[in-house]
Amino acid sequence: MTLNIAVLALLATMGLALIRAVKGPTVYDRILASNAFSTKTVLLISVLGFVTGEAELYLDIALMYALIGFISTVAVLKVSEFGDLGQPRPDSLEESP
Amino acid sequence: MIELVNFVLLGLLAVTALAAIRLHDLFAVTMMFGIYSLLAAVVFVVLDAVDVAFTEAAVGVGISTILMLATIGLVGRQERRPSHRPLLPLAVVIVTGAALVYGTLDMPGFGDPDAPVQRHVAPRYLEQSPEEIGIPNVVTVVLASYRGYDTLGELTVIFTAGVGILALLGLRRRRPSTQPTEQEKT
Repeated sequence: MTLNIAVLALLATMGLALIRAVKGPTVYDRILASNAFSTKTVLLISVLGFVTGEAELYLDIALMYALIGFISTVAVLKVSEFGDLGQPRPDSLEESP
Repeated sequence: MIELVNFVLLGLLAVTALAAIRLHDLFAVTMMFGIYSLLAAVVFVVLDAVDVAFTEAAVGVGISTILMLATIGLVGRQERRPSHRPLLPLAVVIVTGAALVYGTLDMPGFGDPDAPVQRHVAPRYLEQSPEEIGIPNVVTVVLASYRGYDTLGELTVIFTAGVGILALLGLRRRRPSTQPTEQEKT
């Protein structure tokens, strides 16, 4: 019963984060919504693992989702800050010996 | 409970796909694609296809998001207005989708134990793999042992593709960085 309530609450939170990602006027709203969505996905998979009774299998997936969500968030932030993903630019070439 | 989770997840998938179509900021579309991959991976987990969910998470959320972001760094963030009417492509897509849905009507039901795919070699894999191979995950057993030569061939193809792409992209970029910088300024 408690797990079912937790699943419902997580699904509602995912819906709210998705609304923010769709509406969000600025880029940072969308980045934050996507990151929150990734976190809620990790939590939902963990809770679903306990709902179905195969927690150890699901927890591995949740761990990997947490790692990958972090990587893509770093890439998104890098693009929003610098405009690219580290392709060689003139100023970086001049600094190299 | 699981049915409700499936309904909500598929509804969120539809909302995300529509938002990815409607938005014109490609950065936001990339975020939508990431959210879509996360949702699809959760659907795979709910369907008990754990390995597919692993792949979807690694490829959909990780690699393809980063590839699309690198592309945005090259081509800019705003989508241009399409020059053609979308009616004909929409009709083609609807007809194709209807044909595919019509094709699935003859398939056996989801999880049907009498389906041919469940009766051919799957019982042997499920029953014998603990004694024969000894790996708890049956999908890994099938990929790595029963169909090991297939997997080796796939790995050869992927390795060859990677080597080819590196030969196309990497070698030309490497040479100027070792040279002195006067040549790069010209």
